Amino acid sequence: MTAALFLEQLLNGLQLGMTLFLMSAGLTLVFGVMGLINLAHGSLYMIGAFCCAWITGLTDSFILGLLAGFCGAAIAGLIIEVLVIRRLYKRDHLDQVLATFALILIISEGTSWIFGPSPLYLSIPPWLSGSIPLFGGGSYPIYRLLIIIIGLLIAFGLYLLITKTRLGMRIRAGESDREMIAALGVDIRTIYTLVFALGAALAGLAGALVSTLYSVEVGMGEPVLILALVVIVIGGIGSVKGALVASILVGLVDTLGRVFLPNILSLFINNDDVATLSASLASVLVYILMALILAVRPQGLFSIHD
Amino acid sequence: MKVFSTSKVLLSTSISALLISFSASVAADITKIGMITTLSGGGSSLGKDVRDGFQLALKMSDNKDVELLIEDDGRKPAKAVQIADKFIQKDKVDILTGIIFSNLAMAVIPSAVKKDVIYISPNAGPSALAGKGCHKNSFNVAWQNDNLHEAMGNYANSAGHKSTYILAPNYPAGKDALTGYKRFYKGKVAGEVYTKLGQKDYAVEISKIKASGADSVFFFLPGGMGIAFMKQYSQSGSTIPVMGPAFSFDQGILQAVGAAALGVKNSSQWNKDLDNEANKTFVAAYQKEYSRLPSLYASQGYDAANLILSALKKAPASDKDAFRAALKAADFASPRGDFKFGNNNFPIQDIYVREVIKEGDIFTNKIISKGLENHQDAYAKDCAM
Repeated sequence: MTAALFLEQLLNGLQLGMTLFLMSAGLTLVFGVMGLINLAHGSLYMIGAFCCAWITGLTDSFILGLLAGFCGAAIAGLIIEVLVIRRLYKRDHLDQVLATFALILIISEGTSWIFGPSPLYLSIPPWLSGSIPLFGGGSYPIYRLLIIIIGLLIAFGLYLLITKTRLGMRIRAGESDREMIAALGVDIRTIYTLVFALGAALAGLAGALVSTLYSVEVGMGEPVLILALVVIVIGGIGSVKGALVASILVGLVDTLGRVFLPNILSLFINNDDVATLSASLASVLVYILMALILAVRPQGLFSIHD
Repeated sequence: MKVFSTSKVLLSTSISALLISFSASVAADITKIGMITTLSGGGSSLGKDVRDGFQLALKMSDNKDVELLIEDDGRKPAKAVQIADKFIQKDKVDILTGIIFSNLAMAVIPSAVKKDVIYISPNAGPSALAGKGCHKNSFNVAWQNDNLHEAMGNYANSAGHKSTYILAPNYPAGKDALTGYKRFYKGKVAGEVYTKLGQKDYAVEISKIKASGADSVFFFLPGGMGIAFMKQYSQSGSTIPVMGPAFSFDQGILQAVGAAALGVKNSSQWNKDLDNEANKTFVAAYQKEYSRLPSLYASQGYDAANLILSALKKAPASDKDAFRAALKAADFASPRGDFKFGNNNFPIQDIYVREVIKEGDIFTNKIISKGLENHQDAYAKDCAM
């Protein structure tokens, strides 16, 4: 294993982590602030990807596509919050799971009505394709670097929003004592709607960003949703900082597991099954990590209710 | 009194039996075919091509006594089983066909053929059905899963590849694929990786390939997985040549992969430039009907229908023994050229190596050599038929 390859794989892990962070930031805020489990978060990711593919196809501009993914998911989030989610805050988690699961089915069927059952494909615009050289002789695709940079910028932006602004202060206050902040005369309903739309927009942006790497299809959100749930459980529910750390952790563990497990296993086992065994083990590594962390810290790495 | 009622019952039963046999003899004129195929989700383009090829052959035939029922399995084994049960029990179909994916095929075919329904596979050919699990009612008009990979392994030798990096999804057909490649490939395996089924991001594997020092890459990633891999591979700037079976480089998929696939060598039992009458007729009729070029899946669907039609000329589907014998004779002109069934009802055929080219604005394939001649699968010897 050369240093160049290692660096490349680290970047791969970081890039996966950043995609997960965009997904889980909204999920953890919604869970932490409103106490709501939103299974339909993956559908918002899908909406972002479809909006991006649609607008990019219409206008030939990927930048507009990204914007459309961000805004489209935000608008969808706004509508969903007002129509459905608002009625769920006071219900227990089981009702929330049921209702948001129904949302997944409705949004998936609706999307295949509008866009048809076949997947859509999007190409990276020429000015973002290609790769740049890394130290030690490796190279890395520019587009994936862009995802990392956007992820870091969003993380910084969220940090500023939550720690430096009035809205952020209210969000934090809402997390720690819902009744009190309402009693103090803060319009908690609007804050809830804003937080939900912001989370939706970030999920939509994640979907739009990966739409050029993967195929855009109905049901693309659910596998990512599962990983995002793992991330927010590891990071501590409600904590954006926790979501950032856990996303990078999950991204790196998943990536480096796929890289090193075959080598490590072949030290112990010496036959043809190493390839299949390491593939199977690599796919559950993230869940093993979650189990280990929960055994030591059941509240997650950065719980807001410490 | 007792006697009387018994005879009355007897009378009414015999009348109804007569009625049933009468209606059955009327129904026997119509051959019912149930098509279970994937028309939604990631593998939908494959199912649609099989369906379109099949329907084209029915339309071109003068036999109008064939009724085709089509249902979408959504690539879900449970749904495929459900549809098969409905086709067999409620619709009483004579023939089943259409399944694209091997895991669905394994869920449906073994139990269907035991109920004495004929199954004609236009695609999936898992090894389990070609060896010990072969059945007189189960026919495959496409290939055994390993075949195209074996042809690529053979090609890699002749192209002088000495060190190939191989990858496939971690499921039975993926293992069949890499086994098939290694069965013929004589060089060194630079790395062997199984990815998660349905995996979309191949950054890790691509970085490993670039650093492995391999002189070639062989991959089997059907449907959307292959498109994602090829797009990401070309973005990575790697110059190691890739090759694979036709599945990731076929007509329906190439437009989505785009220029990334230009020059890639892939193996197929059919291509649109094969020089025979049946193929010219097929390609022209398909383009006229659907305004697009046919894919290998379309040719397989077309062959499945023509195989059935050819057998129906000799025997009705209700006369199982005669109908099976007529199917086995494979007395039809396939666009792929020479075609016959081996002892296990899987094809013995030539497999070609193709190269992805651009014709005008359209990405397509041309044949550059013959990968394997009169090739039969490795499992036929385990089949007791």
